[in-house]
Amino acid sequence: MSGAGGDLLATGTRSAPRTPGGQAWARLRTRHSAMAGLAVILLVAAAAVLAPYVAPYDPTAQSWSAVRKPPTGAHPFGTDEVGRDILARIIYGARASMAAGLVSVAIAIGIGVPLGLLAGYLGGFVDGLISRLTDAMLACPFLILAIALAAFLGPSLTNAMIAIGITATPIFIRLTRGQVLTVKAELYIEAARAVGIRNWRIAVEHVLPNVLPQLLVQASLTVATAIIAEASLSFLGLGQQPPAPSWGAMLNTAQRFLTNAPWMAIFPGLAIFVTVLSFNLLGDGLRDALDPRAK
Amino acid sequence: MLALLGQRLVQLVPTLFFVSVIIFGLQQLLPGDPALAMAGEDKDPEVIAQIRARYHLDQPIPVQYLFWIKGVLSGDLGQSIRLNVPVLDLIAQKLPVTLQLATMAMLIALAIGVTAGVVSAVAKGTWVDYLVSVVSLVGISTPNFWLGIMLIFVFAVSLGWLPASGYVSPFEDPWQSLATTIMPAFVLGNAIAGILMRHTRGAMLQALSSDYVRTARAKGLPGRVVVLRHAMRNALTPIITLGALEFGTLLSGAVLTEQIFTIPGFGKLIVDAVFNRDYAVVQGVVLVTATSYIALNLLADIGYVLANPRLRT
Repeated sequence: MSGAGGDLLATGTRSAPRTPGGQAWARLRTRHSAMAGLAVILLVAAAAVLAPYVAPYDPTAQSWSAVRKPPTGAHPFGTDEVGRDILARIIYGARASMAAGLVSVAIAIGIGVPLGLLAGYLGGFVDGLISRLTDAMLACPFLILAIALAAFLGPSLTNAMIAIGITATPIFIRLTRGQVLTVKAELYIEAARAVGIRNWRIAVEHVLPNVLPQLLVQASLTVATAIIAEASLSFLGLGQQPPAPSWGAMLNTAQRFLTNAPWMAIFPGLAIFVTVLSFNLLGDGLRDALDPRAK
Repeated sequence: MLALLGQRLVQLVPTLFFVSVIIFGLQQLLPGDPALAMAGEDKDPEVIAQIRARYHLDQPIPVQYLFWIKGVLSGDLGQSIRLNVPVLDLIAQKLPVTLQLATMAMLIALAIGVTAGVVSAVAKGTWVDYLVSVVSLVGISTPNFWLGIMLIFVFAVSLGWLPASGYVSPFEDPWQSLATTIMPAFVLGNAIAGILMRHTRGAMLQALSSDYVRTARAKGLPGRVVVLRHAMRNALTPIITLGALEFGTLLSGAVLTEQIFTIPGFGKLIVDAVFNRDYAVVQGVVLVTATSYIALNLLADIGYVLANPRLRT
């Protein structure tokens, strides 16, 4: 990893950052699409955190005098079937989406990376066992497995996050294992082993940092998948439970009022689309910035 | 070739075993008494006793698994609690609908994805290439169910060109069948088209920079012939394989798409089963999708070897 792509930066007029992280950030900054993605993600995250301060209305407050009103100055995204402000619900809904994206990916990394390290580093029976289990999980289509897990666990946002996290785990096991196998053959790992450093220390201190860039890329792309998965589960009634707002559940309700209140479907869908697109743009940008050879 | 096939089949045994363990394990996630949960709304003690006996719930878990897997291997995927019919019959009844949808979706995805990928590789670095990349990323980032709702809004509600929902079998009325399935098939194909486009572009760029393409150009062959006959033929092999592997994505996508367009297929079956707590059906659907995915994976592997003479040893 060290020095990867360092030569590309040597031509820059300003003094090039020395750390690999600094170099990657410098490369990422030149990618406008990735930076735009990052800006939108930060905006959505800020909206989620600051929802009580930035939302124009209470997301659950109903108003029978403002049922299914089209977008106006007072309600920029219109109102829903019980007169709730759609903008306020989208801002609060960002909480469920961002939480689902980040928590489920954290679960997947928390389980997947240690298992991938174990499989790749120890090899043999442990590797065989973990790898076959990974193959088995990858054989079950992502959303179908997530739905099945969420159905058996019971409908709630927490269970949806657990279901998505578990379903996304095999990707991280496979990625970490593959990287470990590559790094394991490197001379400096052999040297570390030769001077008697313990296996787990080699794995954590030498192997893990080399896996991090790929993990970061995969994580940002998986957040995008997880946000769509949460919206899908909520759309089916298996995620966030009403009256708490979630983008997927809003779309489910909107479907029934498509003829006379299309704005109820347009804005929550746009929110999912823009957020997912931003994570995909950031993921693509990170991949190019962290591994210039993989372009 | 036969040795490779045998080797791959042997490798599949542990994978299939773990798939069965995962699916059986789902049942253990049910909170409280699984018999009570599996009985759904029906709390009749007789029904509960039947479930307990059928799934051997009074036995230790490994024994329960052995009974369950024995049933699965002999084609018994359990009984739907809501409809009181064997799960396998239900799946056999719904699968053709989803397969029709998936096949149409794949054709749409291949037509859009491969064409866009080839065009973008040939026009590398131009605005066409950039535009195709943007469209592909937009396609990948659009949630299936939102695209479906928006298409219904435009083509069914506003323009009135296509029916908003429902399904007609092609054997009954082919034209009407096409009208009811074209929107959901497009929705399903959309995401895969983006993925296929990215891979086709990559494979084409590699093929276009290879020696045999350079030789073909040096011979004075027209650009169109070089691209279509020489580069594309080689670049497409991995794409066809990828298409087979994306079948899982199609089945996942079908869950929501069928729900939105009220198509009585495989996806709607699992959603209805989830809502009715018809757990045996949920398990059956996951089992059949995972097994078909593994089978397709194997076929894709064999296809890849057949298409690459160098890999045949």
